[in-house]
Amino acid sequence: MATRMFGMPVQRTEDERLITGKGGYLDDLGAGAYAAAFVRSPHAHARVRDIDVTGALDVEGLVAVYTHEDLSGPMAEPLPLLIPHPAILDGRTPYALAKEYVHYVGEPVVMVVARDRYVAEDAVGRIAVDYETLDPVVGIEAAARAERVVHAGMSDNVAAHLVQEVGDARAAIAAAPNRIELDLDIERSACTPMEGRGVYARWDGRDAMLRLYSSTQTASGVRAAVAAKLGLQLGQVEVVVPDVGGGFGVKIVHPWPEELMVPWAARALGHEVKWAEDRREHFTAAAHERAQRQHVTVGFDDEGRLLGLDVDILHDNGAYLPYGIIVPIVTSTQLLGPYKPGAYRVEFRSLYTTTAIVTPYRGAGRPQGVFAMERTMDAIAAHLGMDRADVRAANFIQPEEMPYDQGLLFQDGRPLIYDSGDYPASLEKIKKLVGWDDFTAYRDAARAEGRKVGIGLACYVEGTGPGPYEGGHVQVETSGKVRVATGLTTQGQGHQTALAQIVADELGVPMSDISVTTGDTRRMPYSVGTFASRGAVMSGSAVALAARRLKEKALRIAADALEADAEDLEIVDGRVQVRGTPSAGIELGTVAVLSNPLRYAFDEASKAATQFTGAADYTRPPVAADDEPGLEGTDFYSPLRSTFASGMHAVVVETDPETAEIRILRYCVVHDCGKLVNPLIVEGQVHGGVAQGVAGALYERMEYDSGGQLLNASFMDFLMPYASEVPKVEIDHLETPSPLNPLGIKGAGEAGVIPGAAVIAAAVEDAEGFAITRMPVSPSELFHLRRRFDKGGIAPLPGAYSRTGEANA
Amino acid sequence: MRVTFEVNGRPVTADDVWAGESLLYVLRERLGLPGSKNACEQGECGSCTVYLDGVTVCACMVAAGQAHGRRVRTVEGLSSPGGGQRLDAVQEAFLEAGAVQCGFCTPGLLVQADDLVGRTARRGLGVPGDAEIREHLAGNLCRCTGYEAIVEAVRLAAERADAAVRGGAR
Repeated sequence: MATRMFGMPVQRTEDERLITGKGGYLDDLGAGAYAAAFVRSPHAHARVRDIDVTGALDVEGLVAVYTHEDLSGPMAEPLPLLIPHPAILDGRTPYALAKEYVHYVGEPVVMVVARDRYVAEDAVGRIAVDYETLDPVVGIEAAARAERVVHAGMSDNVAAHLVQEVGDARAAIAAAPNRIELDLDIERSACTPMEGRGVYARWDGRDAMLRLYSSTQTASGVRAAVAAKLGLQLGQVEVVVPDVGGGFGVKIVHPWPEELMVPWAARALGHEVKWAEDRREHFTAAAHERAQRQHVTVGFDDEGRLLGLDVDILHDNGAYLPYGIIVPIVTSTQLLGPYKPGAYRVEFRSLYTTTAIVTPYRGAGRPQGVFAMERTMDAIAAHLGMDRADVRAANFIQPEEMPYDQGLLFQDGRPLIYDSGDYPASLEKIKKLVGWDDFTAYRDAARAEGRKVGIGLACYVEGTGPGPYEGGHVQVETSGKVRVATGLTTQGQGHQTALAQIVADELGVPMSDISVTTGDTRRMPYSVGTFASRGAVMSGSAVALAARRLKEKALRIAADALEADAEDLEIVDGRVQVRGTPSAGIELGTVAVLSNPLRYAFDEASKAATQFTGAADYTRPPVAADDEPGLEGTDFYSPLRSTFASGMHAVVVETDPETAEIRILRYCVVHDCGKLVNPLIVEGQVHGGVAQGVAGALYERMEYDSGGQLLNASFMDFLMPYASEVPKVEIDHLETPSPLNPLGIKGAGEAGVIPGAAVIAAAVEDAEGFAITRMPVSPSELFHLRRRFDKGGIAPLPGAYSRTGEANA
Repeated sequence: MRVTFEVNGRPVTADDVWAGESLLYVLRERLGLPGSKNACEQGECGSCTVYLDGVTVCACMVAAGQAHGRRVRTVEGLSSPGGGQRLDAVQEAFLEAGAVQCGFCTPGLLVQADDLVGRTARRGLGVPGDAEIREHLAGNLCRCTGYEAIVEAVRLAAERADAAVRGGAR
């Protein structure tokens, strides 16, 4: 038996290309294409009175200028609302080019096509748009007050309103012996992949076929959306996703205005057109996430057990709602984490503001939900003078209670039922890893030296691998090489390696013989996309099932050829052989030849499948009625519901007594994503997620002024961390298999980022002795909080100081 | 204008270069070397890092005309000068350490990492410590990896270079 690849820290097969500069990203394609650039709104809210393009017309190399007036049919209509939901009261989406109003700075108004990007940008600069400015609506408070409204025809800014309730939370809280209220606030951040969005279109007029390359997280979604907008049959559109330089959620949105305009213009001009987003465009005109205000009311008993939890959320969804209300739904359901909340009521309002749209960013609403729940746990501990880990343990769902039904509807429209997990074991691991029980002594010793250190803990549960489905296609070529395809896309997660590992084991072929294609509608048209940590769960399961089908067929054909029983055969190193008698065997490539009965030979090997070779059974047709030619397997994996990964983070921080600088001394992670396909890849995902969590907690925020201008739309001003800021991460794994899929795996992509804000707030709070309720927290904010605290403007945490025996001075 | 310089050991010429055109644009669009990436055009992310006369620069911040008569080395040329070997030691270390995820920042990081190894271990000045590695890479943004595997890769490459300089077996 060959070495099992599943579970091995295999080096990635993608990398040799990428480290030699041979990656093929969107902007590396289409050397002969015209370049597109966009005139974008400089105002957060305005009416477009007039567009004067005459100044651009004499720019040498200009090809075309388009405004909304040039569009007709579906292209002139608003973009689709991708995920409809009954709670959406008024779902507004943008136009491909602004029609009459603009609702955020960066909204595309005019498209310019030119010989190259320099020329296109020159022309953009010469187009004069006359705007009548309208009142901006910036921030959750302004949106909720609704003194000004974002969208004409609306009386307020509420895009959606949803209440979910299990039991009577308010009555349970009223009857509880203890009760706390918290007001929490998280600001905006964004995915910020190193490669922005990009689209490159080739229209073949003779064949009436569109080939679209897009830096997207869904090939099939873009295909369907573009076909619908351009009035093409699905079969006339091929979407190919090249190497993608990171996504983290922002590239699941589709179709972007630019993603429609580029193929539309390519068809109109009969010439290739390309647009590669620049950094400023990405900051202002892509998507952001996170911003929420939360009001939590909790009732609990004297042991810290939750009796009732009532959460009210105001969610800033930006100017439009193309991705529906997935983010606040995730917040309001995943907030529960590994806990039994008692009675639970959650209500959210999703609000329009005149700022960039808000769509999933790695974690997709979970960091906010975990922030609410974990801040609540810490507040309960402080209130009761209990150890913060003990309060959590008192509320855990126990392993023997799995599957556990939280009684809510999750983001996939399916019940929120946890499939498996062992939260007490995770807690023991994280306490041990970080040295939780010894920390009080360390903190006291540090304080005696005039240092401020603190420790924090945060737990999460993450629904991963939601449906509806993903497909796998596995084919053995007559050369013996194996081609694997799945429809979802990859943007750095190493899917080509992980999926090859799975197929190698299922089929018994070496990984070096396997090539994997993702995100290409020519190879696998039925697909959903890459989001919600679903790549390994969904496509991993799908290719495993497809490989099993193929194997069954291979063994059947080989059994005929070897005159053996299929049950006695195995595939080892790409060769089908009789168990125990390896000399009796046949290469998989030869089986592939035999699987396709031929009239014509095309090479030496194929002669074996032609009609006058060997003995034929004249009672059966060459291809049986229930069979088909070729050695391939296709299958689809459609889960009953999501599978729930979980984890716990613990962090030790030191805050400078003078400057309030926050330094992370240790960052520990215990992570349970079921069976690990490739520990090297999973650890990389955790490291990257933690870096984004730390970034969101300490450095990154989208700084809009009251007029709706994004003040920090560059890497100079938006503080994305370098290697000098990100801490070393200590990781321990727990593997609780999922019973829902054939491989026992759970998603891992988002986990690292989820508890970042919660755990760092907890540690800073522990170091300082007063509550941290707003994130991110910068040194200057902490400095000001200290001053308020010193003046009595913030109450000390009850129990925080008593835990350490330090005087409450 | 016509710009003539050396890229990865090979003389190249680009004609009709506009005065405002960046070295990055010329490399990518005129010379067929798309390995260096455009991710911010402000010299903040380091994805376009190349050697210019042996010093690392952001190719987006260098006007193409400034490269006239000089030597440029890009990610495509990292493994070639010695000739023969498939991958340069820093590339090999990135592969082994799992330092690549989406790969978009990788070309710039490889050049910057190669520069650090060249300044330290290859000159017999020892293996740089964690802080020195992080500081040297602190002009290169990566959004995927959290840098940990990258730092590990640089350490690995430096250790091997150090062993080679000291005559130790690899």
